[in-house]
Amino acid sequence: MTTRTIAVVSAGLGNPSSTRLLADRLTAATVEALRARGDDATVEVVELRGHARDLADNLTSGFANESLQASIDTVVGADAVIAVTPVFSASYSGLFKTFFDVIDKDALIGTPVLLGATAGTARHSLVVEFAMRPLFAYLRAVPVPTGVFAASEDWAGGGSTALAGRVDRAAGELADVLVGRAAGRPAATRPADPFADPTTSFEELLKGR
Amino acid sequence: MQFGIFTVGDVTPDPTTGRAPTEAERLKSMIAIALKAEEVGLDVFAQGQHHNPPFVVSSPTTTLGYIAAKTEKIVLSTSTTLITTTDPVKIAEDFATLQHVADGRVDLMMGRGNTGPVYPWFGKDIRDGIPLAVENYQLLRRLWREDVVDWEGQFRTPLQGFTSTPRPLDGVPPFVWHGSIRSPQIAEQAAYYGDGFFHNHIFWPPEHTQRMVEFYRRRFEHYGHGSADQAIVGLGGQVFMRKNSQDAVREFRPYFDAAPVYGGGPSLEEFSTQTPLTVGSPEQVIERTLGFRDYVGDYQRQLFLVDHAGLPLKTVLEQLDILGEEVVPVLRREFAALKPAHVPDAPTHASLVAAAGGAKDVTVHAPADDVTGRTAEVAQA
Repeated sequence: MTTRTIAVVSAGLGNPSSTRLLADRLTAATVEALRARGDDATVEVVELRGHARDLADNLTSGFANESLQASIDTVVGADAVIAVTPVFSASYSGLFKTFFDVIDKDALIGTPVLLGATAGTARHSLVVEFAMRPLFAYLRAVPVPTGVFAASEDWAGGGSTALAGRVDRAAGELADVLVGRAAGRPAATRPADPFADPTTSFEELLKGR
Repeated sequence: MQFGIFTVGDVTPDPTTGRAPTEAERLKSMIAIALKAEEVGLDVFAQGQHHNPPFVVSSPTTTLGYIAAKTEKIVLSTSTTLITTTDPVKIAEDFATLQHVADGRVDLMMGRGNTGPVYPWFGKDIRDGIPLAVENYQLLRRLWREDVVDWEGQFRTPLQGFTSTPRPLDGVPPFVWHGSIRSPQIAEQAAYYGDGFFHNHIFWPPEHTQRMVEFYRRRFEHYGHGSADQAIVGLGGQVFMRKNSQDAVREFRPYFDAAPVYGGGPSLEEFSTQTPLTVGSPEQVIERTLGFRDYVGDYQRQLFLVDHAGLPLKTVLEQLDILGEEVVPVLRREFAALKPAHVPDAPTHASLVAAAGGAKDVTVHAPADDVTGRTAEVAQA
């Protein structure tokens, strides 16, 4: 049995937050799906709300403070990421985007990601496909095919069965990607350590000079 | 251990008065600051190079040459010399000239330190930053060490039979530091040549500095220049001091809050925790600075940034008094007591001349063909 680490990124602002609620549902379903496939999971949740000022500071100072760096390390070091954002002005929230802006663009290469979004109206339902998926394509992460969008009506009874079905499907897809993988990032997708001894000699760099 | 100051030469309005110095005032202030640095017993004055407002430091050897004439002991350096966009031929000539007029009191810090828009003004592309630093520096070394250079590279016109004049003073080129905040390639370059490595150290958490210095030390040893703890390391630092730390914080805060390099981000308190910025009493500065050694090891040069963000000249001169009277003497003593004997001091012109077996005149006395320089080659052969 392999233990997988799952980092959950929630950009919800309220308390209680429907974004966090969706993140928790996705997480529980993923843990369950992994167990069904014989793997264990540890979960670490990163609430971006608590990092709102840290992220603004990072933009101006160029580095993450200790608290934000710990969360970045959690996400970058995880076997999989569950990323959920509220929809603001027809896209992911600025807070959500800023978090992925300050992470190194190569840090999530090959990381399986489950995408989720919440909004007040179902008219935003393609935000996962039109906004989130391109962001993670740029990061060369591996988003699973099913993104989970939850509008207000999904929490209000009638739609909840349908929501549960999408949550389970997405969680199953994420578990399928993880199972069979060795724990941790495949070496080929891990960003090169800039402080490793160089493979190209300095003489090589100077050739012809 | 050498102590000094480094300036970036910014023209910034004083946020407490709203008044900005003129370029003339700022240049004269920098000179006054350099003279004061010598007066209070500092070892190094280093000035930056920029080619865009709000800076006044596009011609470093002009100001450094003037300062050389007005001083006797202080080493004149740069922070940094733009090896990416400045023609290495011009650097070779300018700094060899400065060596002669300053009787050898010259070294250099190489840096890429240019923002994107600056590169095209000099016909370069910021994406070539590292290759430019590699190629230009290699050419610069040859221009200082070989009387006649045939050279062809990617970024500048080829040289055929070129002699850079004047030749370095006493046949010894200025010692070179390589400054970089986060590019391992530059630390590698410094290690490859056995040159010094300087980490700006300010504006960033100490972990960045530590990783870069460790890497440089490891590679310095790899290239056979000595053991890792014998590598030549310099650090920046930024301080603002008053007798009482509360006074220092109160006085510096408006400058911190308005400065483009800090403003709008973490608070002064947060920045002081997260980076080496120290605003407080001389004792606090001493303690903090001694602590740098804990994560970079025994190092050779400590430069402080004291004159930016619109601080008035009078205040900066007061800072230099405090540095010279209360801080540096203690740091000198403490660092010297901690340093093992096998760790070298920072190279100076005198030590480099001694290591080269004494001074020799390398003037190229060529028959007059000042068009091609070819005759120098003939004369040599």
